Amino acid sequence: MALLSKKSQVVLNDPLMNNNPITLQVLGICSALAVTVKMDTAVVMTLAVVAVLSVSNTLIALLRKLIPSKVRIIVQLAIIASLVILTDQILKAYMYDISKQLSVFVGLIITNCIVMGRAEAFAMQNTPGKSFLDGLGNGLGYGMILIVVSFFRELLGSGSIYGFQVIPDSFYAAGYENMGLMVLSPGAFIILGLIVWVQRIVANIEEE
Amino acid sequence: MRSNTYTLIFTSIVTIILGFLLSLAVTALKERQDLNVEIDIKKNILQSLDFGPSAKSPWTPDTIQSIFDDNISSIVINAKGETVIGKSPEDINPDVDLNLYPVYIKTMDGEINGYAIPISGKGLWSTLYGYFAVESDGMTVKGITFYKHGETPGLGGEVEKPWFRNNFKGKKFVDNDGNLVGIQIMKGSVDETSPDAYHQVDGISGATMTSKGLNNFLMDDLKIYESFFNRIRTDGGA
Repeated sequence: MALLSKKSQVVLNDPLMNNNPITLQVLGICSALAVTVKMDTAVVMTLAVVAVLSVSNTLIALLRKLIPSKVRIIVQLAIIASLVILTDQILKAYMYDISKQLSVFVGLIITNCIVMGRAEAFAMQNTPGKSFLDGLGNGLGYGMILIVVSFFRELLGSGSIYGFQVIPDSFYAAGYENMGLMVLSPGAFIILGLIVWVQRIVANIEEE
Repeated sequence: MRSNTYTLIFTSIVTIILGFLLSLAVTALKERQDLNVEIDIKKNILQSLDFGPSAKSPWTPDTIQSIFDDNISSIVINAKGETVIGKSPEDINPDVDLNLYPVYIKTMDGEINGYAIPISGKGLWSTLYGYFAVESDGMTVKGITFYKHGETPGLGGEVEKPWFRNNFKGKKFVDNDGNLVGIQIMKGSVDETSPDAYHQVDGISGATMTSKGLNNFLMDDLKIYESFFNRIRTDGGA
């Protein structure tokens, strides 16, 4: 990407792999369990988080020199909460069926530690442009894991991918059964644990 | 460190701007959201009455609206099962009109083809809302749908899936003597040789509590409408 400087590329790419918010920073686990039963909800959730995170990071970075430090957390929270409510309202108006399935979890983006974490740790110290990339990168890093987890959960738990049945009826006739565990939260934990394991081997990360 | 005055002014400005933006968005989107809810309910009434999208006419808000307007009429009944003249389901205020119940009637070629009634009640985690449709004989199930619930997807959430809903079609909720028996959701599959199979449907594995709740509130709702359906069964029409 010649579009971005080396430094910006690092800001964008780092959270995708080496510093992934879910698997490395272990943030946002709660919603990662809740919305990953089916792929369509995971994809919409990803888009919602990417939108909220990149816009909130940009806005907070724009205001970073103006925000009084003693009330900074509450100001960040007000901005994030407004963006989340806006997202929720838009989903309700334009993607009603999906928003019904996501129910409270769109609203709960407010409490997603990734959003507050990036605002406090990155946007308060960096330029709007970089903060936008950081938000985008972290949102995508979060979404990537969501989509991978939901892929396995939907495939094993419901026998479909993105709503399309992939396990043929003849398999079910022969005695194959969907794995009930996968549609429950423990299924997400197991998949998430395996992803953390694989990713740490690939990224060659060693714990102290 | 900034002065308290600055902090106060800054937070006030931020609050006013954000508040203004949010109220703007909510007002602007309200109409569209209300329409979505209304269409979703109509879609469910249609689904319970055996309408479905086809390749020729896929379901869009417009087609749902027109199919609904062309085929469905609605009446309001009281606890005795009598039609209340001059009322429509939109007039029912759930806080005041405790003894008024809506019925949606499907008419095809001038003949009554089925009745849909709203059902709701507790599952495991949540209250389920849906519609239950009855054939014109007043005792055979035509269909069932759920438009709102918070049950676990893949377990209790299966109630909204076609495989489960299709179970209900053709089952009867009254016995041979005309007594209301309700629909019983089994644990596992229905034993087709059992004499009770006519009012039993296959259960959802892993969703015992949702099924139990559904059993109960379906019965409660059918009791409310029993006098209405009883009239249909005895008079051969409303």
